[in-house]
Amino acid sequence: MTNRHTIQIQVNGIDYERSVEPRTTLVDFLRDDLALKGTHVGCEHGVCGACSVLLNDDPVRSCCMFAVQADGMRVKTVEGLAPNRAEMSKLQDAFCEKHALQCGYCTPGMLIACTALLTRCPKPTQAQVREAISGNLCRCTGYQQIVDAVMYASSDESKQHG
Amino acid sequence: MAELPTPFRYIGKHRRAQEHKRFVLGQGHYAADIQLPGMLHVALVASPHASARIVSIDASAALAMPGVRAVVSGEELRQATEPLLPGVDAPQVKRLPLAIGVTRYAGEWVAAVVAETRALAEDAAEYVMVEYETTPHTVDPEASMLPDAPLVHPEHGSNVIFQRTFEWGPVAEDFASCDHQLSYRVRWSRNSTVPIETFAVACDWNDSVGILDVWASIQMPKFPDQVAKALRLPGNAVRVHFDVDVGGSYGLKRGLKHTVLVGYLARKLGQAVRLVEDRLENMRGGDMQGPDRIFDVTLGFQSDGTIRCMKMRALDDIGAYSGRSPLQLGKPVGAIVGPYRIQSVEYQAIAVMTNKTPQEAVRGFGQSPTNYAIETGIDKVARFLNMDRIDLRLHNLIHKDEFPYLIPSGTSYDSGDYATVLAKAMHAAKFSDPAGLMQERDRLRAQGLLAGIGIATCLEPSGGNSSFEPLFNPKNETTTWMDSCLVRVDLSGSITALMGTSSSGQAHETLVSTVVGEILHRQPDDIRVIHADSLNALPSNSPVGSRMAIMLGGAAAGAAKKIRDKLLRIAAHNLKTTVQDLCYEGGNVALISEPSRAMTWDVLIEIAHRKFHLLPTGMEPGLQEKFVWEVPTGGQLPTADGRVQMYPCHSFESHLVLASIDPDTCKVTLQRYVCGHDCGVMISPDVVHGMTYGGIAHGIGAALMEKFQFSDEGQLISGTFMDYLLPTSAEVPSITIVDHCTPSPLTEFGQKGSGEAGYLGSPAAIASAINDALAPAGASVDYLPMTPQVIWSALRHAELNSAFKP
Repeated sequence: MTNRHTIQIQVNGIDYERSVEPRTTLVDFLRDDLALKGTHVGCEHGVCGACSVLLNDDPVRSCCMFAVQADGMRVKTVEGLAPNRAEMSKLQDAFCEKHALQCGYCTPGMLIACTALLTRCPKPTQAQVREAISGNLCRCTGYQQIVDAVMYASSDESKQHG
Repeated sequence: MAELPTPFRYIGKHRRAQEHKRFVLGQGHYAADIQLPGMLHVALVASPHASARIVSIDASAALAMPGVRAVVSGEELRQATEPLLPGVDAPQVKRLPLAIGVTRYAGEWVAAVVAETRALAEDAAEYVMVEYETTPHTVDPEASMLPDAPLVHPEHGSNVIFQRTFEWGPVAEDFASCDHQLSYRVRWSRNSTVPIETFAVACDWNDSVGILDVWASIQMPKFPDQVAKALRLPGNAVRVHFDVDVGGSYGLKRGLKHTVLVGYLARKLGQAVRLVEDRLENMRGGDMQGPDRIFDVTLGFQSDGTIRCMKMRALDDIGAYSGRSPLQLGKPVGAIVGPYRIQSVEYQAIAVMTNKTPQEAVRGFGQSPTNYAIETGIDKVARFLNMDRIDLRLHNLIHKDEFPYLIPSGTSYDSGDYATVLAKAMHAAKFSDPAGLMQERDRLRAQGLLAGIGIATCLEPSGGNSSFEPLFNPKNETTTWMDSCLVRVDLSGSITALMGTSSSGQAHETLVSTVVGEILHRQPDDIRVIHADSLNALPSNSPVGSRMAIMLGGAAAGAAKKIRDKLLRIAAHNLKTTVQDLCYEGGNVALISEPSRAMTWDVLIEIAHRKFHLLPTGMEPGLQEKFVWEVPTGGQLPTADGRVQMYPCHSFESHLVLASIDPDTCKVTLQRYVCGHDCGVMISPDVVHGMTYGGIAHGIGAALMEKFQFSDEGQLISGTFMDYLLPTSAEVPSITIVDHCTPSPLTEFGQKGSGEAGYLGSPAAIASAINDALAPAGASVDYLPMTPQVIWSALRHAELNSAFKP
């Protein structure tokens, strides 16, 4: 397996140059090569959404693309969502406030999907939130408190805090 | 939702879960995140056949590949390990992590490949050459009971691994004197909780200290003991790290065979080894499928709707090996009459083996299928008598003044007010209001849709006693089912609590800190809760059977009360008075008669830690107390006729659901969903509501979508998320939960369990709604999941029937 490619990739604002096997998926690259364990592997066939990351600002399934395909691109993972170290974004804060998670395993993917939604639609309806997360499976919450959290994050009541 | 007034400082109040921040920041600590120096990785070689003889295994090509460190077969593993326990008295049903000689289901592990990366291990697994000779298989549970069926375990002599008929009360006399009898069959198909995280385990063996370190996504009572026993190690040579976050479990994550295999490999190779199931390994070979039941039920009842007696035969297809699965027929004994005044019951429980993936414990431990079987019958009786389904339930529900209520099978229900919880849900659903649910159903029907209202009134037994173990296996005399907590106050006055199990989303750190804060009057957010490892831990039976609010909550309260008592005694000694004359407020202690004479928290803590000369004579210095609590009502063996106090506490839920069905596609839409819920005092309402929402969503899956489908050849044909369908935010509707509180007299704060809430009633309620929708067309379905295809077939069947009617 000496067939390796060098890729340049920006992840959470940091530029990396790494040599990877062509068969290495983006999620394995993020988790194993960059030690960014926040992005999770759920189904490995693009259904559950636990591995979602932002690729040039769009949510994608990092289990369904190879790291070499992300060469020259910008990636943001859950670790890159907070404005500063140990702080939380409004959305992350809202997830805590509204109990939008239990085991936390789908949460990084949910946060990515909802961050993308709020970027393009800062004041979504409940139906738009449900649509935006309909590609992310959660087995704990029944989705209700996730919808509540996104509505709260997009309201004037919510705040960003540490 | 408005908070109810309570006598508590922190209990019952909105509070952010302590666990959440690490999860939203991507800093959870899951088993697959464990990275140890030199760690090796496992890939598995699985049987492609439902039943086969293993003729030969040739690993030479695999071993010659780069980075491959070992290929291990069942024979090698068996030399060093003991079989896993079958749960019931069936010593010939031997279960091992890797097959020996024969494979009994498609997906069963035959060999394990260890390599420097998972990718290399998978490459090499392709080169392990296994020659099989297929043998006859059996996949139908009823056919498996016939004399000519191929035997899954010939040494056992039968495919029936457990069978017992219980008779509680004068069943024959009651049936003979009833006005009516009604018999029916319902089918609960094989599904499971299917967490998004698969099972993962990492092990490391240290030769110099002789300890096997285990990090696993585990939720299992006595897991360290069982791992040690299977690996022939003393208990103190296995250290399970309970600080691993578990990515969802709902009863399921009990990867004993995974851990025994990886523990063996780590010890054999002297290096850290990790196995992370891929999705297919999890679905097919992870042994984590759920109950798969055929219920045959007869109800005896009077013309006025009084249901007097029941016969139930529950046949469960447990798959190829036994573990906790037969016992899932045992727990429902503790709520076999549901919330109803049924006086006598005959219950026949049969667990049968087939060439399918084995079952594991699933949320509710078999109670949700049983609730579905009972509730289907209640609706059928109403239809038979032409009675309103709500009226029939109200007529039969145990009344709030009848508690504690002893059911025929020997369990006493602690408390409840079922009629009120049902009424509250009806009110929230505007059920009798002219603008309410009925009118909405009729409006949908007028639009050309099929529409129906579903009702279910169900119990959630909670507190997680294991009385089904001695009930189903007389050789098992376990009556202890404790949990524990240790609370420590350090010199700085900070509080740390230790619990001895892992969590999979139940927010136990929040539970413990809320309870300890409540007792000690200290801010819960400042209390740190640690998941000890199994060598540091006090005994725990892990979060099973909706037990942690009751048991861990009770243990934490007990330990905190000991701390408070110690502070009071220190103050009494120094204020030269008695404890009875003192009051404890906010961590400070003052004389009741003279509040200005007081000692502060800081002063008392300093005395405890540093001023032995100010301690009462004989008192241990320092501030650390443990409390180990036996489950309330526990400690009893079953009677000879199989009566037993199963769980101590009984939560109740009433579901009302409005469903519509597109007549062309037969797609179901849940239009409205209301759940009335009473789990006593809620320690963390957000957590309780969250689990209830999630339980309902899980029930929607079981009712409409989820099924492990096997082909006639015994192949799993729904092994991915594209064919094993899980509910998304598009299928799960907005849900209204209405709280009610009937405190339990058996627990510290009046709390009951809620970890299985929602799931115990939603499949029954949704099935009820669909049958209400189908009734005008003369169709009915007594089969879950009610997929579009199943509903379509029922409608066509009804059409044909009516066409041929004279």
